[in-house]
Amino acid sequence: MINKVGRDIPDELIGRHGVYMGAGYRDGETYTKCGVRARICEKPQGSKLVGSIREAIEKCGMKDGMTVSFHHHFRDGDYVASMVMKEIKAMGIKDVTIAASSLGTAHDAIADMIEEGIVTGIQTSGIRGRLGEVVSAGKLKTPAVIRSHGGRVRAIEEGDVHIDVAFIGAPTADEFGNARAVGGKSDCGVLSYAMADAKYADHVVIITDTLVPSPNLPASIQGIDVDYVVCVDAIGDPAKIAAKAARMTNDVRELTMAARCADVMAATPYFADGFTFQTGAGGPSLAVNRYLEPKMKAKNITMRWALGGISAPTVTLLESGLVNAIIDTQDFDQVAVKSAGENARHFEISASQYANPANKGAFVNQLDFVILAALEVDTDFNVNVLTGSDGVLRGAPGGHPDAAAGAKCCIIVTPLMRGRMATICEHVVTVTTPGECVDVVVTDHGIAVNPSRPDIAAWLDAAGIEHTTIEKLKELAYSIVGTPEPLEWEDKVVAVLEARDGSILDVVRQIKPYRFE
Amino acid sequence: MIQRKKPERFRLRRTMIFLSAQKPGLIKDPLIYGADSLMLDLEDAVAENQKDAARFSLYHALKTVDYGDTEVIVRINGLDTPHWREDVRVCVAAGADGVRIAKCESAGDVIAVEKAVEAAEEEFRKEKGRTLLMAALESPKGILNAQEIAAASGRMFGIAISGGDLRRTMQVSPVRGGIELNTARGLVVLAARAAGVQCFDTVFTDLNDEEGFRAEVLLDKQMGFDGKSLVNPRQIAAVHEIYAPSEKEITAAEKIVRAVRENAAKGVGVFTVDGKMIDIAFLPGAERTIALAKACGMYKGEL
Repeated sequence: MINKVGRDIPDELIGRHGVYMGAGYRDGETYTKCGVRARICEKPQGSKLVGSIREAIEKCGMKDGMTVSFHHHFRDGDYVASMVMKEIKAMGIKDVTIAASSLGTAHDAIADMIEEGIVTGIQTSGIRGRLGEVVSAGKLKTPAVIRSHGGRVRAIEEGDVHIDVAFIGAPTADEFGNARAVGGKSDCGVLSYAMADAKYADHVVIITDTLVPSPNLPASIQGIDVDYVVCVDAIGDPAKIAAKAARMTNDVRELTMAARCADVMAATPYFADGFTFQTGAGGPSLAVNRYLEPKMKAKNITMRWALGGISAPTVTLLESGLVNAIIDTQDFDQVAVKSAGENARHFEISASQYANPANKGAFVNQLDFVILAALEVDTDFNVNVLTGSDGVLRGAPGGHPDAAAGAKCCIIVTPLMRGRMATICEHVVTVTTPGECVDVVVTDHGIAVNPSRPDIAAWLDAAGIEHTTIEKLKELAYSIVGTPEPLEWEDKVVAVLEARDGSILDVVRQIKPYRFE
Repeated sequence: MIQRKKPERFRLRRTMIFLSAQKPGLIKDPLIYGADSLMLDLEDAVAENQKDAARFSLYHALKTVDYGDTEVIVRINGLDTPHWREDVRVCVAAGADGVRIAKCESAGDVIAVEKAVEAAEEEFRKEKGRTLLMAALESPKGILNAQEIAAASGRMFGIAISGGDLRRTMQVSPVRGGIELNTARGLVVLAARAAGVQCFDTVFTDLNDEEGFRAEVLLDKQMGFDGKSLVNPRQIAAVHEIYAPSEKEITAAEKIVRAVRENAAKGVGVFTVDGKMIDIAFLPGAERTIALAKACGMYKGEL
């Protein structure tokens, strides 16, 4: 069945939410959240500390076929997922599904377990490194399910995913399971993505390397939701969890794009006192902060809040008073981690508060601007942030589709070409964010406004900002690097990409290795 | 296949950015940086055993990448090398706007290159005289012969100081304020103006010294250089900013141009504008200011 973004979805994969029918299709619908299995603890209680990860797994009664979950706040420095999975493998448990908020280069060991048939299901908001290659090669028994950050919480709350055991790495915890993201050896600032897991999993295990005296409050993960606590030597590599400070780019190409992006923002009426803003952590997106500062000062306005993944430039704006508050779901550097722990105007929220479309209003819905990156953008403004130009899974929708759908003005910043790859193309390999949610594309070779937003085009004209069409940008790219040949696929679907509302946006098939004739 | 239009001998050349022709990533889309001229380098930035590969890339870049109105000059290897004749052939065949003669020391050097260019224009059936020339002065002898070099050919549009070799020979190193190149800079500007061509100052290589760079650009502007050679795209914006005329200068220039035209129609030669005596001699300067203001996006009037 062909969906709203023109992708043909095989009938046998279509589940209860159908295929993608457009942004906001389910708006206003009511539903009953999935019930949560709880356990009554009436009697006086001692410590929840157990001796080892294996003991916790045994006490949770883990068996073949169960689903376990992990969060990605430790990013490339995460030890927890691999540590737990190695133990599960050693115990001979098979047919395991991993439901993670994201998976990446720290999880090569899980790639091996897919090849060995121990891990047979993957549900995640990001998939990179060897894991992506193994899944793209068709080695996972069932198609991986890829969801946005908001879509993941929705799936948990609607019961599309049932987590049997959530293993939550926590920088600090007390022996009753109250867990925080600051004050330990491996601080990650916030634990936003683990909050739904703690609320909805049948069993919750906290894994920490810094046990602190009770009460460890205010807690990100509440002890009332926790079954067991394990203390290990190290839950992550601090150097890879948070770099010293996100480096502001020196690259003139990136700076040019950032400056243009700030010009576009300033040309819209949304750029007014109290505006709200989210930006990604990529070079050009991050550099937008630098160009916003003088524009805000010149207009004598401040930002109400900055949302999402946070790094040093946003913290600097908070400290200088140009931003009133930071609403944080992820910290990209040590400056952000420190601010999350110390600054009273820097708030931790849950992934549901951030981006979930199935609650009564997440913060993304109140965004004026979101600045996002892309691997590819096509002439329908559809964005791909999941598959490379070779068709291999190597990216993360993350909060991209959520923020794009929620913001009044969604700007994609991307170079026109990367090496010999045209970023602006005829058809993206995979649609991860529908074009109807994208308003402006800023490249190093020019700006294109979505024809669905004539208002923005008129504002740019009024401000004297030149813009062109997305077709012209594509033609320019193709004229320089050539027209790419279409990828070749096998029939087998290796990943299903869900839209925020649970409907199917696209599928990724097994790649056919390229052969030179 | 891209056919570049006929180069203009005199045009705005505030910024000339060096890009190694050996690196396809650098020459595939440098337009985005907004420099007035691109200087695709076959000389020092290209390894001795990669000269042929660089020529190949250069040719195909000029044939497939539309550089539009941005000028494309090629720095060829010195006349004391076995490379320069083939460099000239590839420049002409590819339709480069001009050739920068490295280590130029005399009018004879310019004439030698001119002859090679002419032969190549005939060989590749290009319009005769199409390819422009400029000379880099890199030695005391070159500086002292600046006047004959600048006037050596009708194809010449400018002369440039190349400070690296010059400083070595003069036994000096870069100094804040530029005293070490003071005489050379002065001579080059004088020679260029005497011959009616443009002049360009040498590169500033310390990318971390932004303050020093800006000071040198200001010095160049005050001394009368038309522009500067650059090593990194990061430097372009500062040059354009410093070379931009002020609002006051633009207003004054506009008044002068209008007044000269009106009075000429009335048959008046000398008159006053805002209390200052003005005649036809002020016109070229005022027109240059307007052209510069347009290039900087600061003037959108009718002139």
